[in-house]
Amino acid sequence: MVEHRPFLTFLTHLVMLIGILLIAFPIWITFVAASHEAVRMTQVPLPLLPGDQFWHNMKAMLLGSGLKGTEVTPVWWMMFNSLVMALSISLGKIAISIISAFAIVYFKFPFRMGFFWLIFITLMLPVEVRILPTFEVVANLGLLNSYAGLSLPLIASATATFMFRQVFLTIPDEMLESARIDGAGPMRFFWDILLPLSRTNIAALFVILFIYGWNQYLWPLLITTDADMTTIVVSLKQMLTAAEATPEWNIIMMTALLAMLPPILVVIFMQKLFVKGLTETDK
Amino acid sequence: MLKRVHFPPSILPYILVAPQVAITLVFFIWPASEALYQSFLLEDAFGLSSEFVWFKNFNALFHDPIYLQAFGRTAFFSGAVALLSMSLAVVLAGFADRVVRGATFYRTLLIWPYAIAPVLAGALWAFMFNPTLGILTYSLELLGVDWNYKLNGGQAMGLVIMAAAWKQVAYNFLFYLAAMQSIPKSVIEAAAIDGAGPIKRFWTIVFPLISPTTFFLLVINAVYAFFDTFGIIDAVTQGGPANATTILVYKVYNDGFVGLDLGGSAAQSVILMVLVIAMTVVQFRYIEKKVEY
Repeated sequence: MVEHRPFLTFLTHLVMLIGILLIAFPIWITFVAASHEAVRMTQVPLPLLPGDQFWHNMKAMLLGSGLKGTEVTPVWWMMFNSLVMALSISLGKIAISIISAFAIVYFKFPFRMGFFWLIFITLMLPVEVRILPTFEVVANLGLLNSYAGLSLPLIASATATFMFRQVFLTIPDEMLESARIDGAGPMRFFWDILLPLSRTNIAALFVILFIYGWNQYLWPLLITTDADMTTIVVSLKQMLTAAEATPEWNIIMMTALLAMLPPILVVIFMQKLFVKGLTETDK
Repeated sequence: MLKRVHFPPSILPYILVAPQVAITLVFFIWPASEALYQSFLLEDAFGLSSEFVWFKNFNALFHDPIYLQAFGRTAFFSGAVALLSMSLAVVLAGFADRVVRGATFYRTLLIWPYAIAPVLAGALWAFMFNPTLGILTYSLELLGVDWNYKLNGGQAMGLVIMAAAWKQVAYNFLFYLAAMQSIPKSVIEAAAIDGAGPIKRFWTIVFPLISPTTFFLLVINAVYAFFDTFGIIDAVTQGGPANATTILVYKVYNDGFVGLDLGGSAAQSVILMVLVIAMTVVQFRYIEKKVEY
């Protein structure tokens, strides 16, 4: 703080509180809606304070006796699908990016720059712009309704490759020189020196990619037609559509709450890594 | 780029890049070239035969008033989302930069919408503004405003803009806060000694010094509004009422998967790819300038 201005300090905290209220209000409403009975959620005005049905609704949802008139896949199963997808996307991206960055930075081989540009191009082709042909490719490979189909097409990552390349470039050359004098081969160097040195970067990247993977919507929507393969984020949309006929908002909002909980917990408890990952990958 | 000290050539680097390259070829390059190829084809209604028609699909698109409207709408939508979320973020970051005690607490509570999936953000806002039940619809009614985003295109657009901006505030806030905290305190103190008040200091020192961040965020927000908001639109309006919220990405999906107009959808994909490439180039030129190796 530069100068002592009590009024400004007061204003600062006031603005921050208003900001937080603005940001948190939708989440609060979700929580409140998830804690009431279905009947209460059809009476205008809707409540602003939580009711006493929270745990009841949660149990009903998790075990799958939830929404009437829709196919009942238990929510815990859809959360499991989401988890598998998020983990395979994030770990897969990290694994294939770190080894390709290693190859590009530490080896001189023909077509090195060609490979680099090929990876770079993926940055310019988000799923949204190539949905239809990618869908055809995945269908031709027989990967519809499978975990591989959910995660593989999203695994290539230019940003992760760039980040690891950046990290490797900051590692002093003397490391490699001394490793080679001691007789270490490339893979030995990779496992014993590079991997431990980029541990925090891997963790930071994992946080960002986990959120990215968990929140995927368009891709799983297209390639999962089997109710057993649906992720929780996709199923929420289906419930919204069903809500036109039977508005059981307490159940829908409970699902929304469960769907957003894991990534929110990750952000809150790994805040430092999250901020690091966000600012270092530059998206 | 390459280390001064490196390993001798062998088969190993090829094995190391193989997985990434294989996935890129199969799931990126192949579909993208397919889209490029299809954009030059015209298929009959049953998908039995197709004809090579050069730029006819593109030509049709650029003469299609609905598509041109979607273009303008997307530009408006992205601009509005960027403006709303960035101005909110800069105000919050400006004040958060002053906070001495409780800074982490405030930060934690401001950044979590980043973790919420776009489709969930859309669902939350659609619920609050639900025409019959919504809690904010009710409040608006008390104020004498008739709210029904399912019938009123302007209100639908407003709603998706709010939901999209709400989700993006967290990201912008983090970047602005980091930028402000990296401004040397001595500069601010010198200005304060010269008698500049907080508002004057913000406009003459802080704002110019964070302008690179502003520019960077403009690009990022534009990309976000162009592509990542698909879930919000799909959850809230499905592009309606009467196409009032059909942005380009939504139209590609809708024409391709619902309307089954493969050539037209592919042509739209190609136009979108060109847009992404342009944005990426802008972004990278800027980042290359910022980062010093």
